[in-house]
Amino acid sequence: MNLPADPRAEAGPTLPGPASADGRSGDHSDGRNTPASGAKWLLETRGITKRFGAVEALSDVNLHVAPGEVTALLGDNGAGKSTLIKCLAGIHEPEEGQMIFDGHPVRIRGPKVATGLGIETVYQDLALCDNLDIVQNMFLGRELTTSRLLDEDSMEKQARQTLAELSVTTVRSIRQLVGSLSGGQRQAVAVAKAVMQNARMVIMDEPTAALGVAQTAMVLDLIRTLRSRGIAVLVISHNLNDVFKVADHIAVLYLGRLAVEAPVGAFDQQSAVYAITTGRFDPATIEASETVKAIE
Amino acid sequence: MTRFSEPSTEAGSDAAGTQPPAQVVSLLDPASAADNMADYLRAWTVRIRNGESGMLPVVLGLIVIVIIFQSQKSVFLSAGNLTNLFTQSATYILLGMAEVYVLLLGEIDLSIGYVGGVAGVVTVATAAPPGDHPWWVAILAGLVVATIIGIIQGLVITRLRVPSFVVTLAGLLGWEGVLIFLADREGGTNGGGTIRLSNSILLDLVNGNLSVAAGWIVLVLGVAGFAVFLIARDRHRRRHSLVVPPLGLTIAKIVAVAVAGFAVVAICNTNRGRIVSHPVRGVPWVVLIVLGIFMLWTALLGRTRFGRYVYAIGGNAEAARRAGINLGRIRTAAFALTGLTAGLAGVILASQLGSISSNVDGGSLVLYAVAAAVIGGTSLFGGRGKMLYAVIGGLVIATIANGMGLIGLSASAQYMVTALVLLAAASVDALARRNSTRSS
Repeated sequence: MNLPADPRAEAGPTLPGPASADGRSGDHSDGRNTPASGAKWLLETRGITKRFGAVEALSDVNLHVAPGEVTALLGDNGAGKSTLIKCLAGIHEPEEGQMIFDGHPVRIRGPKVATGLGIETVYQDLALCDNLDIVQNMFLGRELTTSRLLDEDSMEKQARQTLAELSVTTVRSIRQLVGSLSGGQRQAVAVAKAVMQNARMVIMDEPTAALGVAQTAMVLDLIRTLRSRGIAVLVISHNLNDVFKVADHIAVLYLGRLAVEAPVGAFDQQSAVYAITTGRFDPATIEASETVKAIE
Repeated sequence: MTRFSEPSTEAGSDAAGTQPPAQVVSLLDPASAADNMADYLRAWTVRIRNGESGMLPVVLGLIVIVIIFQSQKSVFLSAGNLTNLFTQSATYILLGMAEVYVLLLGEIDLSIGYVGGVAGVVTVATAAPPGDHPWWVAILAGLVVATIIGIIQGLVITRLRVPSFVVTLAGLLGWEGVLIFLADREGGTNGGGTIRLSNSILLDLVNGNLSVAAGWIVLVLGVAGFAVFLIARDRHRRRHSLVVPPLGLTIAKIVAVAVAGFAVVAICNTNRGRIVSHPVRGVPWVVLIVLGIFMLWTALLGRTRFGRYVYAIGGNAEAARRAGINLGRIRTAAFALTGLTAGLAGVILASQLGSISSNVDGGSLVLYAVAAAVIGGTSLFGGRGKMLYAVIGGLVIATIANGMGLIGLSASAQYMVTALVLLAAASVDALARRNSTRSS
């Protein structure tokens, strides 16, 4: 069967490997070698494999994330999205494969290693303490001190500055308890917390899942702000509308494999759904394969 | 879950379009942080409606209780009885503060009554013949033992992951056994499992008084220090355009502390002796001891990383873990501090009684301690509470015991009334929180 002319070829980043007969690109040959901008990848995984007992949650995943770009990680439930970001965040360590961060091979053995590299993860549950205020949450675990006492003044100044840079201006007081914030504001605090640590890459797990329309718009703006600051953003989302609004690249996981990786322009909603549900790239292949079947 | 239904709450709304722009106050404007008293009061009423009533109900309740007792027995508000009440409340307050550490984590420690008892026995026995060690060695020995007990229980809870309820329930039984064993062995010579406290300094912890002049000097220095600290902090923060409480609130705080301090010192400095030729006056040492521990623990919880982590773990343990906080170490340290504070309570109890025996009712003490913390407003689910709550709660418990004793009610009635007060305090808290979850 024939795939139509590969629309990704001109765009630079392409499928991981030549589109194989079944569209499941299991191999990891050439892939995206350079991002569209021509800069180096910030993060590249090579052949990442993660097993839980007999289950292979990730097999041979080659993901590419570029600085100053938003990469959307798509996939159905159980496709391995969470496992992949946990490997990047240092929660899991893959059995096989290599990670290249900023041109250097790295082993992310724990969350501290990840944050040390500048990889910050905003989990779906946001990991905020409702009983602490915004400043306290943003500095949790990295409090500034002077002579062993908390330096609230410096922390408040820095927190205020970071929120201002992210154009988060709708909270009434920076000393408000996080429990009293709305969903979008909480997301903003979690992102600000990540960014404040000089993050170079921010991973966001379902950032808009629980949000209303206005709050979703606010979070998408936040993602654009991160991108404009040169930060690599990796977003997991089930909401294709949101993905198409902010993403520069789309990577699709299917049954633990990175099935498709391409610029967002190579997709429309339909083809994205197709890729998610089948692990194959182009809706044109539907017709192609069905024609083939019919002939057979 | 969004606040569109109630746009007037302080959370504001991030949907800028759904509200008049005036409601969306810029974060960059420090004036948004309730710089004037009216704003603050409005935010405060919102907080109360949202269930963060804080100490308001319990303070009102304490006033009601005092009025009732005073109407029944006019001696209740006499200087002698009130001073007595302050010393009686010391044990409850200290045990309540001990419990606050673990309650903030969402844990509980049922053993502190007997841990205090064991510490008391160790202290009294160390100071007693044949050793006759000096008072500070005796106190140190008691506190070290109590702290080690706390560490052991904390390690079992964090390392073996046995629930604190079970571990400290075992402690409740086991340390009573140790208490009886030690009291019987050490008190063997005078018999009856009672060890008399003969060291005069240890006795004076509760029974000794500051001189009248010293009481006033301490008051003036304390209030002045507090006022200077608050005003200097506010000025510094205002200069750096940080969030500052309104001036009126700061002044109100200082006035409240000054008035309360003045009242305590004035009461204690009034002659409470029964014999005309032997006036008894002065602030009991124990008041200063409790005040000192209260300030120390408040600073530890509010101004150090350790304290911040205790609140974080109680609020969201998973978030704390992901922030790189060593949960086991913080939890164990909190149980150690609980043990230490309980040990101090045991020393104070021995000083108050003039002896310590195997009859220490650690079971009731620990329940009073939890009650003191909870009556004051500490949450049993972790993350919410202050040392100040234990002080107020301990005062309430002691006031009930004292007043009902004066009226001549039986122990049975005392238990039942205390139970009702505890239940009422917990219910007010629960009702307020239910309102808040409904509105938010």
